[in-house]
Amino acid sequence: MPILPFASQFLETLLAVLAAPLLIGWVNQCRAWLQNRSAPGLLQPYRVIRKLFRKESVLAQNASPLFRLTPYVVFGSMILAVSIVPLVATGLPLSPVADVIALVGLLAFARVFMALAAMDVGTAFGSLGARREMLVAALAEPALLMVFFMPSLIAQSTSLTTIVETLAHRPFALYPSLAFAAVAFVMVLLAENARIPIDNPATHLELTMIHEAMILEYSGRHLALMEWAHALKLVIYFTIGIALFLPWGIAEAGNWIAIPLAIVALAVKLAVGGAALAVLESVSVKLRIFRAPEFLATAFLLAVLGMLTHVLLGAGT
Amino acid sequence: MLGIVSFWLALGVLGLSLGRERDGVRLLYPASAIASGLVAWIAGHALFLPPASLVLPLGLPGLPFHLRLDSLSAFFLFVLGLATTGVSLFATGYFRTGATASPGLTFLQYHVFIAAMALVMLADDAYLFMVAWETMAVSSYFLVTSDHRHEAIRGAGFLYLVVAHVGAITLLLCFGVLQGFAGSYAFDAVRGVAIPPVWASVAFALALAGFGAKAGFLPLHAWLPEAHPAAPSPVSALMSGVMLKTAIYGLLRVSLDLLHTPSVAWGVSALGIGLVTALFGVMFAAVQTDMKRLLAYSSIENIGIVLAGIGLAIVFHAYGMHALAALALLAALYHCLNHAIFKSLLFVSTGAVMHATAQRSLGRLGGLIHRMPWVAWTALVGTLSIAGLPPLNGFVSEWLLLQAFLLSPELPNSYLRMLVPVATAALVLAAAFAGYVMVKFFGVVFLGQPREPSLQDAHDADRWQRAGMLFLAAWCVVLGVLPVFALRALDTVTAFLLGTGLGDALSGDWLFVTPATAERASYSPMLFLAVIVGALAAVYLFVRVRYRMRTRRGAAWDCGFPAQTPRMQDTAEGFGQPIKQIFEPFFRIERSMPDPFDTAPRYWSRTEDRLWYGLYLPVGRAVRWLSALVARLQHGRIQWYLIYSFVTLLALLVLIRV
Repeated sequence: MPILPFASQFLETLLAVLAAPLLIGWVNQCRAWLQNRSAPGLLQPYRVIRKLFRKESVLAQNASPLFRLTPYVVFGSMILAVSIVPLVATGLPLSPVADVIALVGLLAFARVFMALAAMDVGTAFGSLGARREMLVAALAEPALLMVFFMPSLIAQSTSLTTIVETLAHRPFALYPSLAFAAVAFVMVLLAENARIPIDNPATHLELTMIHEAMILEYSGRHLALMEWAHALKLVIYFTIGIALFLPWGIAEAGNWIAIPLAIVALAVKLAVGGAALAVLESVSVKLRIFRAPEFLATAFLLAVLGMLTHVLLGAGT
Repeated sequence: MLGIVSFWLALGVLGLSLGRERDGVRLLYPASAIASGLVAWIAGHALFLPPASLVLPLGLPGLPFHLRLDSLSAFFLFVLGLATTGVSLFATGYFRTGATASPGLTFLQYHVFIAAMALVMLADDAYLFMVAWETMAVSSYFLVTSDHRHEAIRGAGFLYLVVAHVGAITLLLCFGVLQGFAGSYAFDAVRGVAIPPVWASVAFALALAGFGAKAGFLPLHAWLPEAHPAAPSPVSALMSGVMLKTAIYGLLRVSLDLLHTPSVAWGVSALGIGLVTALFGVMFAAVQTDMKRLLAYSSIENIGIVLAGIGLAIVFHAYGMHALAALALLAALYHCLNHAIFKSLLFVSTGAVMHATAQRSLGRLGGLIHRMPWVAWTALVGTLSIAGLPPLNGFVSEWLLLQAFLLSPELPNSYLRMLVPVATAALVLAAAFAGYVMVKFFGVVFLGQPREPSLQDAHDADRWQRAGMLFLAAWCVVLGVLPVFALRALDTVTAFLLGTGLGDALSGDWLFVTPATAERASYSPMLFLAVIVGALAAVYLFVRVRYRMRTRRGAAWDCGFPAQTPRMQDTAEGFGQPIKQIFEPFFRIERSMPDPFDTAPRYWSRTEDRLWYGLYLPVGRAVRWLSALVARLQHGRIQWYLIYSFVTLLALLVLIRV
């Protein structure tokens, strides 16, 4: 068994896991600048996570083992997810484990555990958050799958590696279906990562909160893992978007020389994407919770329209 | 195989003879479970054997009973055997206390029901098939109404009986069409003749309606959410898990085996009905407040997904795209097997909950994970499976079906190609809402705080119940983690029905499921699970070593609100509310809002099926009107009847003269 691909897989995953809070820090910094505030340091999320790890964990009286297990399950799922998505190089040993459909399933797996843990303590906020999260997911998940299906149809494959290699090698052309998919994907990204306009990451204690309501009862190391997993999830969505819509610059399997360049390319893309997210969040307002389904239904319809466009314009030529 | 069927019947009679001795009867269930295990074992082997037939000198003169065991019936017998093993084990513990009037009678009905289902799958002529089919319907009717003191249960049973018989009449007509061309009721004769396309389509439509009445395809679903929850839980498990599959079996038998000239129109109609059924089922499951009704609606959803898979397979088959047809059919069959297992598991777990708490309304449960850990954790496995989450079994079949959909742009008809994105969208929407429904189910029943004080005394399942649930949960995991072996076995069925299976695509690495090529798509649940568990363990160890794991118990935080009661948790109603709001036009909702100045406000709402009011009630009124007309002839006076006979005689004589 060749050791090199596995070592590269391990390093890539480790790098992604360690660097994940950096992206959150960058987005927060950009937001602060846009709002004329003095920004917290880029490393602030790390400090928060370290602080939480050192604190003791306070469990609610009637928390079940499921509640204690969930942070580890969610974190473990995110590690698997980040090792499936091609970040800097394709042809990773773990990428055949799950294709895009299984990746969506994996994210759903983590989410169901989070929702169940939120209902476990039995508080009003927890169950409310779980219900809202599942509703958002029930509409966002199909949209995400439909988004994935368009590049899959173009590449004739649902494997991320094949999709990325196909798309990166094509001459730059405008696919109308991919444009639809990209818009729908951004909408799903905002919803799934608890961003404005669906949820507000900067609030705590607000009647319309979703993500914060779910992790309200967590503290100490459990909360640290949840926050870290949340940061990882944002990285995963960003890198999926990059892999599908901006794959240029990624290193081919076995091409070791291209890797430093690929790392730089990825860092630049992530930085631009994070800044764009901050702008998007600063110029839009949070929707009422009852309007969220409309927002997500729009994303879903856009994705379906994109797929129809793809079929109408002939199979991906 | 016949031996076991007769063993079941004999066991049933033995149980009846024991009559009211509850414990004596109860201990016969494990014997029945062993027999079921044997059925599964033999059927698993028969999958790979050539068809074997047998003619029994029973039945009508000149029409003996034909039996046949081929791959298709072997697969469904395997499903039956596996599910009944777990359910019978569970039933040993479940029928411990007085759920029904006479345990011996219930025992007999239970076994007649199982044996009839097995005979349906073994029958090789229309006569035996209909006899077994009706026996199955009637025995399950008695099981449904075993708690016949409640009026609602009697009503549910009656509705079930009516729909079952409408379906049976349709099936009789379907077999009549087949017999008209073949000249014999034996299936072998039907296989041999070519039926003109128009009549073949008529037969298919009749079969779709007849089997649809049993499987709960829209709009013939109304009995299902009434009848399944009314039965004792092990029987609900068998009805949802296995009996619905006999309808799928029949549909496959008629459409792909007996009528071997499928047309695209059949496939498209099956696909359409399947997807509408799936969406309908999941929407209604989301607004239910009774846990067994919720599961019954979820069965409608899953059957819809299976039908959609069959429809897609027929479309591909009609266009001669055999590998794709095999993929779609494989997905549908695997979903049948998976659904049989996780739905049985969830129904028996609701049985354990009802046993312990005497509650079935979601509004009065909660927090049972503390009192009933065995039931809760096995039900969690079932919940994750039915929600279609990797690495469990429900995901594998949905994944295969989506792969089949993604390959469909290769279809030669451009209208169909445009339909496919819409169909895919409907399928993924149904799958995603299934996750919502199952979080509601598990979260409200098992998590949170107990909503009633009496729940504090709930007891966990006993040994037999645990054994049954563990058996089913283990199969959920095994079929989810090692799907390649199961798929290879299932491939014999697709090869039997379509002429070609997937074959080579499955012969590769046992770790990876690859429906076409490895570049195209691959999924490895085993590695999937291994990586998650490995990462989980590594993180746990790291946190444990690096940071001392200090933990303290305290009151729940909940943003510091001081006064919290269990009633403040989100209820099943609350969980249904957003769905009601989004899909409002599809429901018939009545609600009453309390007055803002009311000191003791009460809010109620009732969500009902529009089809019930739009379709069933008018039909019922029409039947009543017709029978009222007929009733005018009946006066109860003998002279009138004599005049009727006389007039009839005269009319007949005149008719013959002319």
